[in-house]
Amino acid sequence: MKRIGLILAVLVVALAAAAWALSAPKPRYTADEWQALGLTGDAAAGRLVFFAGGCESCHKSPGQDDPLRLGGGLELKTPFGSFYPPNLSSDPADGIGAWRPVDLANALLSGVSRDGQHLYPAFPFTSYQRMAPKDVADLAAFLRTLPAIKGRAPKNALPFPLSIRRAVGLWKLLYFDNSGLPPDPEQSAQWNRGRYLVDGPGHCGECHTPRNFLGAMDESRALAGAQMPDGHGKSGNLRGGDFLNWTNADIVEALTSGFTPAGDVLGSGMTAVVRNLAELPQSDRQAIAVYLKSLPPLGPPAPAKP
Amino acid sequence: MKRLAVVAMALVCGVTAVLADTDPIAERRALMKHDGAAAKTLFGMMKGSAPFDLATVKESLATLNEGATKSAALFPDNSKTGGGTAALPAIWENKADFEARFAKFIKDVQAAQAGVTDEATFKQFAPAIFKNCGGCHELYKAKSG
Repeated sequence: MKRIGLILAVLVVALAAAAWALSAPKPRYTADEWQALGLTGDAAAGRLVFFAGGCESCHKSPGQDDPLRLGGGLELKTPFGSFYPPNLSSDPADGIGAWRPVDLANALLSGVSRDGQHLYPAFPFTSYQRMAPKDVADLAAFLRTLPAIKGRAPKNALPFPLSIRRAVGLWKLLYFDNSGLPPDPEQSAQWNRGRYLVDGPGHCGECHTPRNFLGAMDESRALAGAQMPDGHGKSGNLRGGDFLNWTNADIVEALTSGFTPAGDVLGSGMTAVVRNLAELPQSDRQAIAVYLKSLPPLGPPAPAKP
Repeated sequence: MKRLAVVAMALVCGVTAVLADTDPIAERRALMKHDGAAAKTLFGMMKGSAPFDLATVKESLATLNEGATKSAALFPDNSKTGGGTAALPAIWENKADFEARFAKFIKDVQAAQAGVTDEATFKQFAPAIFKNCGGCHELYKAKSG
């Protein structure tokens, strides 16, 4: 009897040790590996990456309109609890002014913070992991040029056990697709650019792809519309419904001015998305349209027009 | 018997009509739909995808003015949910801001009504009108897929 107890105890310890080892944060780059890429950040190019990534949608200081004041702190309500995106300004103490480009790369591409902890996937590194290292270097150079803002965001309000960051390591084992986004040589450069923007920095799937009960995106229904994380309404199906009737020009218009072919205006979270995408060159919005129109239709067919 | 049926039918119709009249959600949704159609017409002309026509512009601006003026009063406390509404609770949490935005929109539409005389003046006034749309839809309307 004593022996069984001992075996059980050993097993429990072994399992805990295995879970601890498996859940360890794994940054994509060491400082030396990043250095070896030999990238020099270009702030002007990084400005476009900043708007393609929609950073300001979550990190902008709430209650003001300047997208370049990144004090953080806007509440992001989800079924798992409330997240408060941190200060991304160049303040060395409260923001990320002391971060090296490799630190930003590891946050964006592997969801690991500068101090080696897991970041919650409310920060969409699940999509950002597809970003090109050069874009990350450019973004780092641009972020450095932004004003320093004092103050830190409130702590995330998460229930146990989600409050333990190490738990994200186990989630990553199950769901983190850490494979980047190699171009598809069968497709045009424009299509590849569109896919990169949509699935990488644009992180469209974070709202438009449905999630399972653990918050992982269901890639079999990618971009087919989903319940909004805050529980208010649904994001549009980009592979079905009325969207199938949109022309490429309709998509480009909606992503530039917010106006849809129905005379409606994109609202809710899309208002900020449009505000950001409007900063990109027209060719990028056209590339997004080309990629979205190439997706195989999914979902109920469009209702007949009266 | 026939007479009774007719009376009953008339009553049902009357009651339905009255109900429809006092349903702010249905009413504001219908107004917004008209606003959307008018906005679409104006937007096409602003972009140059439809030919400019002063009479149509005046008519569309009148639709927007009527829609906005009526809609602003159609968000009473008992119309927060139901009826397929996409209105967010934030409306009633920030009622002063919500009403101020309506007032600004109405002001911009009325300025255009007074000032648009030809295509050039239309293109001068139109952008200010459209700037209002996104502001409210961002804060006060749920996503609808």
